[in-house]
Amino acid sequence: MKKLLAAAIAFAALSGAAYADTIKVGVIGPFSGPFALQGKNFKAGIDAWLALNGNKVGSDEIQIVYRDVPQADPARSKALAQELVVREGVQYLAGFYFTPDAMAATALLQQANVPMVVMNAATSAIVASSPLVVRTSFTTWQTTTPIATVAKEQGVTKAITLVSDYGPGIDAENAFKTAFEKEGGKVVETIRMPLSTNDFAPLMQRVKDSGAQGLFTFLPSGPPTLAFVKAYNDNGLKAGGIKFYGTGDLTQESDLPALGEAALGLQTTYHYAVSHDSPENKTFVAAAEKAIGNPAELSFPSVSAFDGMYVICKMIEATGGKQDAKKAVDAVKGLSWTSPRGPVSIDPDSRHITENIYLREVAKDASGKYYNKEVRTFEKQGDPGLAFVKK
Amino acid sequence: MQTVLSIGVDALAYGMALFVISIGLSVTMGLMRVVNLAHGAFAMIGGYFASYAVRDLGLGYAAGILVAVVGTVVIAIPIERLLYRRIYGAPQLTQVLMTIGITFCVIGITNFAFGPTLKTVPLPPLLQGSVDLGFRSIAAHRIFVIICGFTVAAGLWFLVERTNFGVKVRATVDNAAMTAALGVRTEVVYAVSFAVAIALAAFGGVIGAELLPLEPYYALRYMVTFLVVVSVGGAGSIPGALIACLLLGTIDTTGRYLAPEYGEFFFYLAVILIVTLFPRGLAGRMK
Repeated sequence: MKKLLAAAIAFAALSGAAYADTIKVGVIGPFSGPFALQGKNFKAGIDAWLALNGNKVGSDEIQIVYRDVPQADPARSKALAQELVVREGVQYLAGFYFTPDAMAATALLQQANVPMVVMNAATSAIVASSPLVVRTSFTTWQTTTPIATVAKEQGVTKAITLVSDYGPGIDAENAFKTAFEKEGGKVVETIRMPLSTNDFAPLMQRVKDSGAQGLFTFLPSGPPTLAFVKAYNDNGLKAGGIKFYGTGDLTQESDLPALGEAALGLQTTYHYAVSHDSPENKTFVAAAEKAIGNPAELSFPSVSAFDGMYVICKMIEATGGKQDAKKAVDAVKGLSWTSPRGPVSIDPDSRHITENIYLREVAKDASGKYYNKEVRTFEKQGDPGLAFVKK
Repeated sequence: MQTVLSIGVDALAYGMALFVISIGLSVTMGLMRVVNLAHGAFAMIGGYFASYAVRDLGLGYAAGILVAVVGTVVIAIPIERLLYRRIYGAPQLTQVLMTIGITFCVIGITNFAFGPTLKTVPLPPLLQGSVDLGFRSIAAHRIFVIICGFTVAAGLWFLVERTNFGVKVRATVDNAAMTAALGVRTEVVYAVSFAVAIALAAFGGVIGAELLPLEPYYALRYMVTFLVVVSVGGAGSIPGALIACLLLGTIDTTGRYLAPEYGEFFFYLAVILIVTLFPRGLAGRMK
């Protein structure tokens, strides 16, 4: 038995030396618990990439190591990132669904000589906290700003904002307010509601009483969006002509079958809709649906993970598989390519993704399935929120 | 005035929805003395049954409720016989550990079998849309929930206070050994009370689904709210639970309308005050 083990170890050591390197990528995300669906989408995006492009860059083989942080938990995220770097020897950190998790891990990057590719966390400040961070998702400022233009163009001069009372919600409120006032509109009231709110009826009544013509809202995707949209309809806001504006978080594809009829016609702006019409997206969706198993579960984090893998592969190519975080990050600055979501590029200064933001309307296709129908494109949107990050 | 009326209507609707879901927990905790943290799990099972029956099998809403109640009770009976019967009279810590364990199992199984996405129970045309009350409009479904709440309250009160079975339940609660000695089969009383509590949970899960959407973490997500209602109202007291729901509904709704930025501050402040002044809840029975 001992001999066998020794032989196995020797073989492993030999094969390691004889062949090309295995490059490990550590992915941190919520793979269990209430947000497991989002983690599943990370995995689907990564698996789709590997299925379409193979797991080899040159002669190096990519190996993905997953670590689970079920809810926003910066201490755990940092500990796992450290474990990935020290014990697993990963050359790249990726994933990160929640901002605090990403922020906590950025502190390690410099010393560990590891770049981070953020695949979701959407607060502007993350890219500013370390020069080794690259982001392939979006920021709340980026997805929110265009909807203010839409609202103004549709004749809304007085708007009210109703957002969940936490970081991204406050980002959305500030982004909408700044953009809407720049367009010459007026935000008559800003309301922040607790994250745990179940009953939105009193809030809807307040919106009605405010005399606003348009309601801008931000809620994280998940169960409360259902009650929120129903409350908007049932309390007579829709019938009363108060227009609804939100970000795509509210109408993510995996929630749409449940929202159904109630969501029909809702206008949101976002960087990606699974229905996006392009050959790149068709290929991606086919592969990602296969990876995730149930097509109804596919939603936005998958595309950021897919593009994150593209960026990581470019980094590996540029460094020839050697660990050199700075060289890797420099190599992707200004990189532009065609993503399933449309043309994108990495802004050389901020290392954040520049992408199209789409105005979408919830519609019903011929087979009775609800989807986000892209009706207008705001091209090459950067992150306006960066200007507000405290240096 | 309009604002006051408007808040009143919302408070009533929210309070009654809370009542229908929480009253089953009040029954298990007060009458059976089991801290049943799996209550939310049973409510969720009911909701999934109804969702499956109405959405996938195309049954009517009423049939969906029936399927949910019967289905959940059928699932609960073996659980009662095999698991709950062991913890009647056990220390509360044991009860908490076992029932939370059941909750996690249910979450895992639901997630595996039905996936993590939201499930809905489609409403019949009668309950869809909104009703104009003159000063504002309210979802038709909310009115249905309010009616259900009062019906459940009246029915339960009648069952416990006015029927022969109610006498046996109250006797069993006060002194199980003595009641058994008088020839009452207490295990049957327990089994039936448990079934009633589960049926109420399932019913609440279905009709409350518009407010508390169904997904695997439902089982845990709203458990704190249910426990608060029971501890404020007094475990086992039907009028107590009713008053607690209406009071907490009013405080929560008013706070949310007038000062949403304070979050649930007023809600929990009220809870702290009430529990300090009435340690056994508003209508809790002295031991």
